[in-house]
Amino acid sequence: MPIIVVEVMPKPELLDPAGKAVAGTLNRLGKGEFSGVRIGKRIELHVDGDVTDAVLADVRELADELLSNSVIEDVVSITVADEVTA
Amino acid sequence: MRVGVITFPGSLDDRDAQRAIRLAGAEPVALWHGEHDLHGVDAIVLPGGFSYGDYLRCGAIAARSPIMAEVIDAANAGMPVLGICNGFQILVESHLLPGGLIHNDHGNFICRDQKLRVENASTAWTNAFTDGQEITIPLKNGEGGYIANDETLDRLEGEGLVAFRYLDGNPNGSLRDIAGLTNARGNVVGLMPHPEHAVEPGFGPDTDIAMRSGIDGLAFFRSVLESSLSRA
Repeated sequence: MPIIVVEVMPKPELLDPAGKAVAGTLNRLGKGEFSGVRIGKRIELHVDGDVTDAVLADVRELADELLSNSVIEDVVSITVADEVTA
Repeated sequence: MRVGVITFPGSLDDRDAQRAIRLAGAEPVALWHGEHDLHGVDAIVLPGGFSYGDYLRCGAIAARSPIMAEVIDAANAGMPVLGICNGFQILVESHLLPGGLIHNDHGNFICRDQKLRVENASTAWTNAFTDGQEITIPLKNGEGGYIANDETLDRLEGEGLVAFRYLDGNPNGSLRDIAGLTNARGNVVGLMPHPEHAVEPGFGPDTDIAMRSGIDGLAFFRSVLESSLSRA
């Protein structure tokens, strides 16, 4: 079954509290080489049937309107994978 | 006896835990997550709440906070450590107890008085109970579903490390109805329900006798006093 993977990240200029908390922990653990952490979302849509242009167009629209909020987030990628990984 | 209660950013039951310790007859000591100092306490409580916003995973960042290095060393040396709710999640993320805690299977936060069976009454935090005793204390969490692989679950059951089991309905999808665990030595105990909210008549769960009269949680804190006296 094909899956469409949508990745969403918080906008770079906005505060990402989760990323900041993890960055603080890395720093405490002595991992100073990592100067920043940002945490986003990977969303897997399991597709019943073929991934047609129409389905992809649909996902692009959903990514903008439901899966992300363009005020605070960016859709950074929409890719198609052949197999369900998990 | 001095019992430390660690406050993390986002802890919210630290004061209640301190109060429970006082009512049980011990001296509560406030400890701070950012220090590397246990201030000479004899036992430690990791209280409930939402440490560090529970970012990444519940308890994951708190488990790597400065004071946890000392807590892990002390726990491995035999000091009694009790993790309540978020404290249980921190113990699991610190690998002091096995498994993991995930979102409740029904997807909702749950808050209710919860009946439990004490499955192991020989730990530092349960010795004032009897094996098989049924108790009722409050439960309130969104991510209380206990999970582990079958091998771990079989080992926990076989070695008597399941400390508490949910009765009258599994509130969150925890495997084998597990509400709380102990380590093999019996000094580290973690559970999702909240004993510190059932320690004083008028403020605990309802009982058959009177409203809000349940104080089943007090025995957790009396147990640790008892275990320290018997060691002395």
